[in-house]
Amino acid sequence: MNKYNTLEKILIYSGILVFMTFILLPFVEMFYASLRPLDHLFRSPYQFYSDDLSFWAYREMWNTVPMLGRYIFNSFFLATSVAVITLIFVIPAAYSYARFKFPAKNTSLYVLLAINMFSGAVLLIPLYKVLRTFGLLNSYQAMIVPGVAFLIPTAIWLLKSYFEKIPIDLEEAAFVDGASRVQILRHIIAPLSTPGLVVVGIYAFIGAYAQQFLFAITFNQKKEYMPIPSGLYEFIGYQSVKWNEMMAASLVGIAPVLLVFIFLQKYIVEGLTAGAVKN
Amino acid sequence: MKQKLKSYNSQTYLAYALIAPAALYIVLIVAWPLLETIRLSFTNSSLAGEDYVGFENYQKMLSSKKFNGIVTRTFVWMFFSVSLKLIIGLIGAVLLNANLKGRSIFRVLVMPPWVVPIAIGMLGWLWLYNGYFGIIAGVGMRTGILDGPFGFLAYKQSAFISTIIADVWVGTPMVTVFFLAAMQGVPRDLYEAAYCDGASRWDRFFKITLPQITPVIITMSLLSAIWTFNSFEIIWILTEGGPRGATTTLIIDTYKQALGNYKFGRGAARAVVVMILLTLFAGFYLALLARINKKISHE
Repeated sequence: MNKYNTLEKILIYSGILVFMTFILLPFVEMFYASLRPLDHLFRSPYQFYSDDLSFWAYREMWNTVPMLGRYIFNSFFLATSVAVITLIFVIPAAYSYARFKFPAKNTSLYVLLAINMFSGAVLLIPLYKVLRTFGLLNSYQAMIVPGVAFLIPTAIWLLKSYFEKIPIDLEEAAFVDGASRVQILRHIIAPLSTPGLVVVGIYAFIGAYAQQFLFAITFNQKKEYMPIPSGLYEFIGYQSVKWNEMMAASLVGIAPVLLVFIFLQKYIVEGLTAGAVKN
Repeated sequence: MKQKLKSYNSQTYLAYALIAPAALYIVLIVAWPLLETIRLSFTNSSLAGEDYVGFENYQKMLSSKKFNGIVTRTFVWMFFSVSLKLIIGLIGAVLLNANLKGRSIFRVLVMPPWVVPIAIGMLGWLWLYNGYFGIIAGVGMRTGILDGPFGFLAYKQSAFISTIIADVWVGTPMVTVFFLAAMQGVPRDLYEAAYCDGASRWDRFFKITLPQITPVIITMSLLSAIWTFNSFEIIWILTEGGPRGATTTLIIDTYKQALGNYKFGRGAARAVVVMILLTLFAGFYLALLARINKKISHE
């Protein structure tokens, strides 16, 4: 294949530069703002240069947002719980879809896809009433219960495609040799599907981490249960927002997910796109 | 032995039993609330209680000019946002598909807006859009495009455009990544053959790449239309639907009616409209998927 000439290279790289600026500018500016003293930020028009950059805001934010530590813990706790519960429901279902033939199999798979398209916003009213009736408003459950429901469909599709990659011959051979289903599950399926389970678990974790706003602001008013996004959102309404600390707190809040994602992006993207591109 | 094998794959009861927990969960948390929403839309339900009111909510809603404006606005907002996501996503994918140094790093760097909680990304955008101190207003003032501070989220038109841009920012990475994956899936020999025949880069893009990835482009258009239609957090955090309703889309309006005013009945009527539209989108999408699958299995 022909190589790019210098002009083409320059054009492509400048295109990438513009594209990347659009994508990354908010993060770069968030980070830059978090390093600058407040009186530098509050100069109009915008000053591009600050001489005394420091991590001061990263220390001060714990005082300004007194429950920040709790919010970070909540975000992790909520995302982990949602991911684990999702896996518990999804593993048997995905296995069944991957291995058995049964009536209404394809229809129900498409129904799952359709569910994916309904946003939580449509269901908020009855969910609100149900949670209120059961006294679950303002609790962790109020955010976990609906969170799981919206991750189940994609997780089933993803995990199903992983299970399908495990050759059925192995299971059949063991079955013919007299192994029980439980034995097959323990000795064949579990070890072979571990990578798939990890990817789906991470997908669920990131998904759960990302969806912590709508359900959180609707079903929970208690600060001690708030995840980072709704916790920080409260501070934005104030008259004078300490933007450097707000940006610092935001970055600290998203750093873990970002790191997890960057290390594992190859697997996650492969899994997600394989499903959508080939199906 | 064959008999035994057959029984391994066709135990319908076991199959259903394994699916049952997930199915039950979905029925309880998604299906039942959907039906309950429809029922509530025929009542005047609020925190105080509820009575059956027939089609009153629908009549009021459909005869109000405000609601019709909201529907139109939702589609205009969606149209611009989805088109921009697809165009920028396609350009981005082409750029990142070029076989140049650093492309694997760029491919990772595209993704943060997609992975990070939308709400947090929007806190960043709130700062960028700040009329006095934000970088966008700053660049505008320094270059003379703006003659003073300008609150992007404070005026009807600029708020409308600003929320679209933020939505495009959130949605573009995913579109880019899917287009890229599709481009990588195009068989290499097609390009090699075309190259031997002397086709230019341009020709190869329009005659090979584009037709080959068309199914993915169509799927992504529908999917992003659905997600954009559902978009809540972006507008809610940036403007809460304001100023003076300029960014109130159907989803925002539904939320405000139902949980801002606790008028569950009215909110439910709006949610039903949202459901009907989503069902149409989903129907299109699934019909399309079925057709693409059929085509693939024929080939």
